[in-house]
Amino acid sequence: MDPSFIYEAKGHILIIHMPAELDHHNCRNLRYETDLLMAENYVSKLIFDFSRTTFMDSSGIGVLLNRYKQMKSSGGSVVFYGASPQIRRILKIGGMLTLMPQYDSKEEAIYR
Amino acid sequence: MGQEKREINAGKREVMNLRFESRSENEEFARVVVAVFASRMNPTLEEIDDIKTAISEAVTNAVIHGYQNGDGIIVIEAAVEENVLSVTVSDDGCGIQNVEKAMEPMYSTLPDERSGMGFSFMEAFMDRIEVISAPGKGTSVTMRKKIGR
Repeated sequence: MDPSFIYEAKGHILIIHMPAELDHHNCRNLRYETDLLMAENYVSKLIFDFSRTTFMDSSGIGVLLNRYKQMKSSGGSVVFYGASPQIRRILKIGGMLTLMPQYDSKEEAIYR
Repeated sequence: MGQEKREINAGKREVMNLRFESRSENEEFARVVVAVFASRMNPTLEEIDDIKTAISEAVTNAVIHGYQNGDGIIVIEAAVEENVLSVTVSDDGCGIQNVEKAMEPMYSTLPDERSGMGFSFMEAFMDRIEVISAPGKGTSVTMRKKIGR
């Protein structure tokens, strides 16, 4: 299973496909990589895709929170899709459900 | 209607002890080992996820805070007795200055890197956690969870 993040651009939308295991080890590069991408491109909407994700701990929450603050300060939005019931549990405890809308599919996340 | 055959494990305690290098790549290894050890209790999938998440938090804390991403050995001792799983994650690292403050939700001594939710997550997923730590004296986090009804 690919432990890395996969980035996909669609105009000014950046989609980040999260890995299967979203822990401290796998999150270490995410901040650096997204900082680079967001410095080089104008991103109006950040979409997190959790469809591959089967494990997540508070390290993932830290990453989401930092990206959320960054997008909020630049006037952009953050949404996510593809979260399994377990991942939704983690997001809920981490306070993420009140911050960002969740969708069931990539299309909805992009166009809604 | 047949009688259910029930195994009574009164007084039977099973233990394991794991020592491993403090490295972020071992966070997954450690949580999987404890989950597999706990599987003898026939936990639900949700209980397994709870255990893995809590262990991941404790081990990550040892890696990032205890040994500050440097070298060190982390020890995990786990025991199964009747329907209770107890796990202690210990390190010989720098120790916690103020345990009460460290356990406050959203508090972190590394706010740029961490969300400060590690202990909150451990408390959410385990029944009880106990932290013993002092500056220079290392840290040990003991967690208990009752598995099944």
